[in-house]
Amino acid sequence: MSANGQLLSARFGRRDGHKLSVYEAEGGYRALKKALKEMSPADVREQVKAAGLRGRGGAGFPTGVKWGFVPANAEKVYFFVNADESEPGTFKDRYLLDYDPHQTIEGSILSSYAVGAALCFIYIRGEFGWLVDRVNRAVEEAYAAGYLGRNILGSGYSLEMIVHKGAGAYICGEETGLINSVEGKKGQPSIKPPFPAVSGFLGAPTIVNNVETVATVPWILNEGPDAYRRYGTEKSPGTKLWSVSGPVKRPGVYEVPLGIPFREFFEEHVGGMADGEKLKAVIVGGSSVPVLTADEVMATNLDYESLAAAGTMLGSGGMIVIPESSSMVDLIEVLMHFYWDESCGQCTPCREGTGWLHKVVGRVRRGTGEHGDLERLETICNGMAGLTICPLSDAAVMPMRSFLAKFRTEFETLIRKDPAPEPTSRWARGEVETR
Amino acid sequence: MAETRSAFALNDAGMAQFRRLVERYPTKQSALMPALWLIQDQEGHVPPEAVDWLVEQLDVSAARVHELLSFYTMFRAEPQAEYVLQVCHNISCHLSGARPLLEHLEQRLGIGIGETTPDGKFALEGVECLAACGMGPAMQLGKHFYEKLTPARVDEILESLRRGVVPRADTDRELAE
Repeated sequence: MSANGQLLSARFGRRDGHKLSVYEAEGGYRALKKALKEMSPADVREQVKAAGLRGRGGAGFPTGVKWGFVPANAEKVYFFVNADESEPGTFKDRYLLDYDPHQTIEGSILSSYAVGAALCFIYIRGEFGWLVDRVNRAVEEAYAAGYLGRNILGSGYSLEMIVHKGAGAYICGEETGLINSVEGKKGQPSIKPPFPAVSGFLGAPTIVNNVETVATVPWILNEGPDAYRRYGTEKSPGTKLWSVSGPVKRPGVYEVPLGIPFREFFEEHVGGMADGEKLKAVIVGGSSVPVLTADEVMATNLDYESLAAAGTMLGSGGMIVIPESSSMVDLIEVLMHFYWDESCGQCTPCREGTGWLHKVVGRVRRGTGEHGDLERLETICNGMAGLTICPLSDAAVMPMRSFLAKFRTEFETLIRKDPAPEPTSRWARGEVETR
Repeated sequence: MAETRSAFALNDAGMAQFRRLVERYPTKQSALMPALWLIQDQEGHVPPEAVDWLVEQLDVSAARVHELLSFYTMFRAEPQAEYVLQVCHNISCHLSGARPLLEHLEQRLGIGIGETTPDGKFALEGVECLAACGMGPAMQLGKHFYEKLTPARVDEILESLRRGVVPRADTDRELAE
């Protein structure tokens, strides 16, 4: 199951990879049979913890530890698989579900077993219409084979699985937003604490994990935590799926061990820049993380700690490669439009701030920016960061601040050279007594 | 299930699916989103009488249903064009030429982004990231994506749609086998 370090992507690109017969022939559902026969839920949690698997949705929190937050005496527990993949630059979960849905389904059953859930939702973004059908068919196959439903494989463990189709809202990728969405509400995030592991779906303990995280669980149980730790670094064990987009030779999804130098990854796997393009910058972890300049990114390794040291985050692994020929002002306007569009509107700093950022950055891009606009952008960012229920506000601020700090001259050259015109109102000129 | 008084009804297949939803989802209200999908798949949008129907069937307030209709961009309360072309304009598609592609579509259809052709056949929308970043520029139509689009490919797609034939999409791999 791990030829060439492909722990998760062995069936990518295969026409028949989504079929149960193929998955089973290649060792699929072996981990489930083993776990239900020989392992307690606590054993499964322990193995995943020992492997050091970290959440692949963006935050990188240790999965086994998260599972451990479910109260031991909980009567009802829910398990959610987050397939709301909407972070700009990210398209790996789509590959996992398209080419190998059973891997994620097996991982979901094992994870549900580990936390004691009797109902599991796979939340797939609404735009993935064909994928909802595909996963639904795979779930039906799994039911028919006895991997889902009552008394799975005679173990006494029962699990129901529902594929829930989203309807177009980035914010539902945030775990509390996702839970609210399945409750039949707007997908607006809730304040934490309480964390979902304690009080989530319908007030019951709920674990939400990313597709890639869940898809890794069967491999860990089959091969063991030590085998998993042979890939990656001490603090960032295992492999990671990177989605690569932009004008490069070979865009696509790549699975490589964590800790690989960016330079090696970029040159050997991605093939470098497309002909005639020169590297200017890279957003390594999806659009919400700070951008790195070409020099910065060439000097970093691709793991949680190295990227933090470089001043950014691994995030979702959505790697957006930016060429010299692109305007950073143009690109940040595109991103600010996105955050403005996707803000759920609940918190004022985010609802208003994302709109202001989009508006101001837009006029700078159009060459109608005013003196003080760059400082204004920074002021708006300061009023948004860390002041809201969920991280969407920060997700807008991080690219905005870093684009501005690292590519400031591109912004400055667009601001009008001539001094600001004299205000027309006497009051604005300070010529009117106001009291 | 409550006696239906509203003017709306799901067809038999839809109703069977609806009953199954209500059975499987832990609360009636949690079945609201999938129920809205069933209605929209049948009608093309969620008409007002379907809102009344949901209120009766799922014991939710009309306000709750409208809340979902307005919050989730994929739910539509108004009748839609026959073909709603949704072109991703986010960063990766932007880097691979989404803007010129949108302009090409505007010119070919004679409408702007957010508009519908007078015959009700086409609507053009700019949408946020579709998770087709390595295969941009990408466009969604119904359940599928068309990827690595060029003006020439878009012309072919439009030509086919004008004849009422939906060309095979890049995500439609099952059919390719």
